[in-house]
Amino acid sequence: MMSYEFLVASAIGVLVAGGIFLALRARTFQVVLGLTLFSYAVNLFLFASGRLVIGRPPIWDAVKGGAVTEYTDPLPQALVLTAIVITFGMTAFVVILALRSFLETGSDHVDGDTVPCDAQDGLAKADDGEDTRA
Amino acid sequence: MTFADHLPILPVMIPALAAPLALLAMRRRPALGIAISLVSCLALFGCALALMASVSDGTIHAYAVGDWPAPFGIVLVADRLAAMMLVLTATLALLALLHAIVTRADRKGWHFHPLFQFQLMGLNGAFLTGDLFNLFVFFEVLLIASYGLMLHGQGPARLKAGVQYVVVNLVGSSLFLIALGMLYALTGTLNMADMGLRVAAVAPQDQGLLRIAGLLLVSVFALKAAVAPLHLWLPRTYAVSTPAVAALFAIMTKVGVYSLIRVVPQVFGDGAGAAAWVPAPYLFPAAMVSAVIGFAGVFGARSLSEQAAYSVIGSTGTLLIAVAGWTPESLGAALYYLVHSTLAAAALFLVADVTARRRGAFADTASPGTAFTGRGGVALLFMAAAIAATGLPPLSGFIGKLMILKSVAALPDWGWAWGVILATTFIGVVGFARVGSAVFWKSTEDCEAPAAPASRRDLAAPVMALALLAALSAGAGWAGAYANAAAAQVLDPAQSAAAVLTEGAR
Repeated sequence: MMSYEFLVASAIGVLVAGGIFLALRARTFQVVLGLTLFSYAVNLFLFASGRLVIGRPPIWDAVKGGAVTEYTDPLPQALVLTAIVITFGMTAFVVILALRSFLETGSDHVDGDTVPCDAQDGLAKADDGEDTRA
Repeated sequence: MTFADHLPILPVMIPALAAPLALLAMRRRPALGIAISLVSCLALFGCALALMASVSDGTIHAYAVGDWPAPFGIVLVADRLAAMMLVLTATLALLALLHAIVTRADRKGWHFHPLFQFQLMGLNGAFLTGDLFNLFVFFEVLLIASYGLMLHGQGPARLKAGVQYVVVNLVGSSLFLIALGMLYALTGTLNMADMGLRVAAVAPQDQGLLRIAGLLLVSVFALKAAVAPLHLWLPRTYAVSTPAVAALFAIMTKVGVYSLIRVVPQVFGDGAGAAAWVPAPYLFPAAMVSAVIGFAGVFGARSLSEQAAYSVIGSTGTLLIAVAGWTPESLGAALYYLVHSTLAAAALFLVADVTARRRGAFADTASPGTAFTGRGGVALLFMAAAIAATGLPPLSGFIGKLMILKSVAALPDWGWAWGVILATTFIGVVGFARVGSAVFWKSTEDCEAPAAPASRRDLAAPVMALALLAALSAGAGWAGAYANAAAAQVLDPAQSAAAVLTEGAR
């Protein structure tokens, strides 16, 4: 049966897999995308660390005398908000840095090799149209 | 509440206020911006000393930020270890700032001083906080500032290394968050002291998760501390940074070591049940490997700044060999060596810069260049810094290594530890001698690359760093006793838990 937990867990898993695959690529744009996907997965994971609860208030309802189990944990939501803000800023920074590095060194390789962009293997064919702009 | 009660928040507040003020002032009146930065560093130094005096009797100050009671709000915890790190940070900051101002390295970009202050804010916050998520936030503050500082001065080499540095740290931050999420899901708290009490109650079927969370957290700290095999980001980053910045970065790896020392005994200590001391078996071999790699790098370095960067890895490895014993004696020795190795690494970076400024086009490459005036003096400085970094007498590295050797002698694997520490010391000595003789003894008659004359003022910061090392050596009795007391306090989590959870809940 496809439960809510399974859905969230598999979504996190797919995001992590995609993120790690892209983060291990050689060129900065793919690495940045990979890091972004990975950070989405991390945010979802943090959110789930307060347990997945549906239709409950984020505070304990003292008037109705609800048990402590009948609320959704508000803290992970605050944590996720912090994490989102930080990763958003970081992503913006790394995009600018990667662009600046590309413009100044003439290479968008993460390892710093100065490979001319139109002489790159494999992927060069796939996105040839964009690479020749340099 | 009196003013003294607010002392723990000041090391975070002062740079947080100084940074925007310096940013505003730099555009119109650079001198004013520099003055703000300098005054802030001096004030930080004063605060750190006051805090150290107030905790030296063994009290633990818990400061509830916003007066929210302890397990729910964020607490800042000032104990002996935190105060020691604050004093070290402030000292190092003064040295680095002095060198940057004297060599005018701070004028190569607009934002050196604001970034420098934000860096200090992150460092001080990371040393003070008693909350794991807050530790993450302060890590990010110091990292963001360090990205800016590392790229200060720009140029292709810095940008290339900068991309790698940023990417590695972004991955590290993500792993940190995963570890925090797991720990929160298992224990329901983020306060370190509270978590230390609750890990014992984690259900048996969740022990595997707890172990994974612990190991993940320790891996992140190991990445920050540049422990092998997670050290690969460091040499290039530090070697291409502006030297004054690299000198400040000497404490950045120590933040990772500090976090290890803080979190492992508190959360994964004796009270953690099946997850007790979960990182211990991995830390010792990793520390030995990084000591070997670091000093091998010192041996094979192609430039003085690269050599200094590798010596950071090597000294962190030596330090962690002692930390991995987790006894009060070995941890005390490690803390003494931590202070020493931070200052020694900073001295090496500063001497490398002094040399590079005088050698013109040869910069600080480990090859014979043109002879420059005052070469003997600079050579002496290099020798003193090399003596400190390898741990030969009379500077404090010798005492630090002696304390480490003595303290690990009681451990089961002492043979390995002794072998690695003594062998790496020898390799380090040979490496520094090789580079030193190439740079300072030999010379080529190359009229194409004349030596660059430089005023002697830039010798001030390295001389002061070496004088501090001599002072640390002379005051080793007091410093060693303080380090041992700090180690004993860290290894007694019940004491700090009591202080945080009762005092913070006032």
